[in-house]
Amino acid sequence: MSQLVWNGLFVGSFYALVALGYSMVYGIIKLLNFAHGDLYMLGAFVGFAVLGAAGGVSAAMALPVLLLVLVLTMGVTGLAGVVLERVAYRRLRGAPRLSLLITAVGASFALEYGMRAGAGADPRVYPVRLSGTTLEVLGARVTLQQLTLVAVAVILMIGLNLLVNRSREGRAMRAVALDPRAAALMGIDVDAIISRTFFLGSALAGAAGVMAGAHYGKIDFMMGFLIGLKAFTAAVIGGIGNIPGTMLGGLLLGLLESFGTFWLGGEWRDVFAFGVLILFLTVRPTGLLGERVTERV
Amino acid sequence: MTGPGGGAPPAEATSEAAPAPGGGRRGAGPRSIASRLMENRWAGLAGLAVALLAPFVNASPYALSVMTSAAIFVMLAAGLNIVVGYCGLLDLGYIAFFAVGAYTSGVLSTRLGLPLVATLPAVLVVTVIAGLVIGAPTLRLRSDYLAIVTLGFGEIIRVTATNLDVTGGPSGIYGIPGLTEGPVSFYYLTVLVVAVAVIGAARLGRSRLGRAWRFVREDEDAAEAMGVHTYKVKMAAYVVGAIWGGLAGVLFAAHLSAVSPGSFTFLQSALVLMAVVLGGMGSIRGVVVGAVIVSLLPELLRDLADYRYVAFGVLLIIVMLVRPQGLWPARPKEVAK
Amino acid sequence: MNAPLLSVEGLRLAFGGVVAIDGLTFAVGEAEIVSVIGPNGAGKTSAFNCVTGFYRPTAGSVRLRGRDITGLRPSAVAALGVARTFQNLRLFGEMSVLDNVRAGTHLRIRQNVLDALLHTPRYRRSERESTEQAHHWLDFAGLRGDRYGPARALPYGEQRRVEIARALARRPDLLLLDEPAAGLNHTEKAEMLDLIRRIREQGVAIVLIEHDMGLVMDVSQRVVVLNFGREIADGPPDEVRRDPQVVEAYLGRDADEAEIEQARASVAGGRDGGA
Ligand SMILES: Nc1ncnc2c1ncn2[C@@H]1O[C@H](COP(=O)(O)OP(=O)(O)OP(=O)(O)O)[C@@H](O)[C@H]1O
Ligand SMILES: [Mg+2]
Repeated sequence: MSQLVWNGLFVGSFYALVALGYSMVYGIIKLLNFAHGDLYMLGAFVGFAVLGAAGGVSAAMALPVLLLVLVLTMGVTGLAGVVLERVAYRRLRGAPRLSLLITAVGASFALEYGMRAGAGADPRVYPVRLSGTTLEVLGARVTLQQLTLVAVAVILMIGLNLLVNRSREGRAMRAVALDPRAAALMGIDVDAIISRTFFLGSALAGAAGVMAGAHYGKIDFMMGFLIGLKAFTAAVIGGIGNIPGTMLGGLLLGLLESFGTFWLGGEWRDVFAFGVLILFLTVRPTGLLGERVTERV
Repeated sequence: MTGPGGGAPPAEATSEAAPAPGGGRRGAGPRSIASRLMENRWAGLAGLAVALLAPFVNASPYALSVMTSAAIFVMLAAGLNIVVGYCGLLDLGYIAFFAVGAYTSGVLSTRLGLPLVATLPAVLVVTVIAGLVIGAPTLRLRSDYLAIVTLGFGEIIRVTATNLDVTGGPSGIYGIPGLTEGPVSFYYLTVLVVAVAVIGAARLGRSRLGRAWRFVREDEDAAEAMGVHTYKVKMAAYVVGAIWGGLAGVLFAAHLSAVSPGSFTFLQSALVLMAVVLGGMGSIRGVVVGAVIVSLLPELLRDLADYRYVAFGVLLIIVMLVRPQGLWPARPKEVAK
Repeated sequence: MNAPLLSVEGLRLAFGGVVAIDGLTFAVGEAEIVSVIGPNGAGKTSAFNCVTGFYRPTAGSVRLRGRDITGLRPSAVAALGVARTFQNLRLFGEMSVLDNVRAGTHLRIRQNVLDALLHTPRYRRSERESTEQAHHWLDFAGLRGDRYGPARALPYGEQRRVEIARALARRPDLLLLDEPAAGLNHTEKAEMLDLIRRIREQGVAIVLIEHDMGLVMDVSQRVVVLNFGREIADGPPDEVRRDPQVVEAYLGRDADEAEIEQARASVAGGRDGGA
């Protein structure tokens, strides 16, 4: 029981990290960035490349090295997100939504198969594993590395929350999300704010990618596809565009999946998650913490 | 029979000669009959002629198989064009309906020993149900939600087919009976079915329902204000698209005599979308051409396998940025009648 | 029996904390022209959206010939005989002008999917009817431009006509026009005034939102004035124009004599121009 809860929370914190980027981008330009999951994949591969270039990493140094790589990767994927927005999305901001969505699909496709062309179709083995010391917490087996990863995820999320709620930057972001035209009239540089939102969201996805690589040990070019779907589900559960809601949604989805897997068997995990998504869209499309808005006519 | 690209029969053109009160105000005058034929019927007839004559050029089993696959792909594109092109709804898991059709006919024909044709009613029922189940909750919401839910649906159908015993698990179903004897006659049957499907899609697109689809695509609020029940209209597009996909799936099952989950990945959905976008969303001629290009190009570019899909992705972005109407767009200008 | 064509009672609409409409009550009789005026943000468009089903009012009711239509979806309201235009033109831009107006005939023509697939006589007949009606209403609205090209290619004033033709093709009993004369030049405004009168002659009742006082005073039987969501006047144009509350709403407390004079002059000028 508590094992299921712990597993759920652990996976859920990954979902939450990825879902945050989804949710922030949606909040600010109302675009479902299909390529978001692929930025997570990109993060995993960037981390892989950096670690590979650094040569072998001794077990004792694994954690500090990994944190360093994490920061580096976040910078790279963050920039990738900015470039993506700049090249593919910005010019279409006023275009029909369908064009923008199709562009996002194209970007996702290009990233996936670009990575396959560059790194090959076979899974790569991550060159660093954290030590597997196991603890017993309230009857659940918890490894030290899991604790570390969850701690990193929590720190990142707290940092993001502080940034969005306390800083000037964050205030500007919320203003743009609420009403871009009014924000522009108030002297906010909307383009710059959107760029920064993409940077933050993509950086978080990249971080999650490295962490996933370190945890699961294997990465491949399609790894972002499913997590993108899961992250969207998490965002919908919590309320897309709403940051605390999205974190909650991620954890909740992790828990639901953990129990669903226990009851139905692992092979039905994704079907179960999808069922949850459909259920939420039917019953409460605004999510748990999202508010109902009347679209202007 | 007007062939792919299905032009309006002349009867329609003449019978629609509306009285012209205030005639002089009418703007552009009617265009010459010749130019009209060039645009409509001839393009379609030429396409059909090419399809019919191709086996006389090369009837090797490989060439026939490639051409049959291309024809089936055209049908898929015509179906997705109803959803994406006419109605403006992005479906990223369209291949799921293809899978539902192929598996339903495959399972029924192999387990119950039915001939493939006898499975058609069941295929229709199952694809319509699948369309309703996915459409009902999502078509009420913003269109982006539909996009991602369909993406998930495509995955889920594939995973389900892999997990179930009745669908043969990861290795799928073998020994599905064919529809005809021999590949040549099957090719011609496929071309016939696909031509009818393409004309059907084009006719629906020009009808009251088809106009309603485009009203929804252009402006949902204005459509509602005109009395168009946008939810039902979107549902109709989605279900009709599902039927086209499901029937194409039956052809697919008959063609390969086997189906397995590997044929129904997101990659396939993306390729059909590519055909629709490249050819020109909402333009049936463009979509047919787009489908032929997308399905034949990989055969020609086998060596570039890895970069092919990268190029497709980049092309999607470029088309949207530079030429969102596609290669051969739908005419916003209609023929003066 | 005696229920008015449209009656709006105690309408209230709040978006979160913002109260857009706060108690609006008015009625429209058959073939009557009622104007709704008020400063920007007064809640005029929101009131239209409540009547036509686009917004669900927080409280109050909307009745059509006595039948409660509050909360119906817009297409259902439209089916009962209400048509509208939008403040910022909502044409189907990529579709032909003719197809735009055919949208108005959507509920009138009878054809099903099989008719469309087989091109049955019924299909041909219904398509022909739809086209004829579209031409008829375009003529009625006085469209001069190309009917076969995309609607977005027309000049602004012409697009306004198309939008009205589209609404008329719906053959409504009640037509709601949201600032139909906005952005039009002097001649076009006069033509719009004429068009509105001709629509009424067809037996269609009209609710008009308009900022051009001359036009409003000229054409309406009654005027309803909104200010910050509240109804501050409802009566014949002459009465409403003299209402001190209305003058104040339009000019603000600090308006000096010159401004008031100017406003009066512009109202009078518009009257002459329109007549
Ligand atoms: N969907 C919505 N969500 C939130 N607020 C809204 C919405 N629609 C309108 N409002 C607000 O309701 C108020 C009334 O707006 P409305 O558009 O009805 O005014 P109006 O009288 O038509 O003004 P104008 O003359 O400028 O057209 C405004 O404060 C507006 O911001
Ligand atoms: Mg308004």
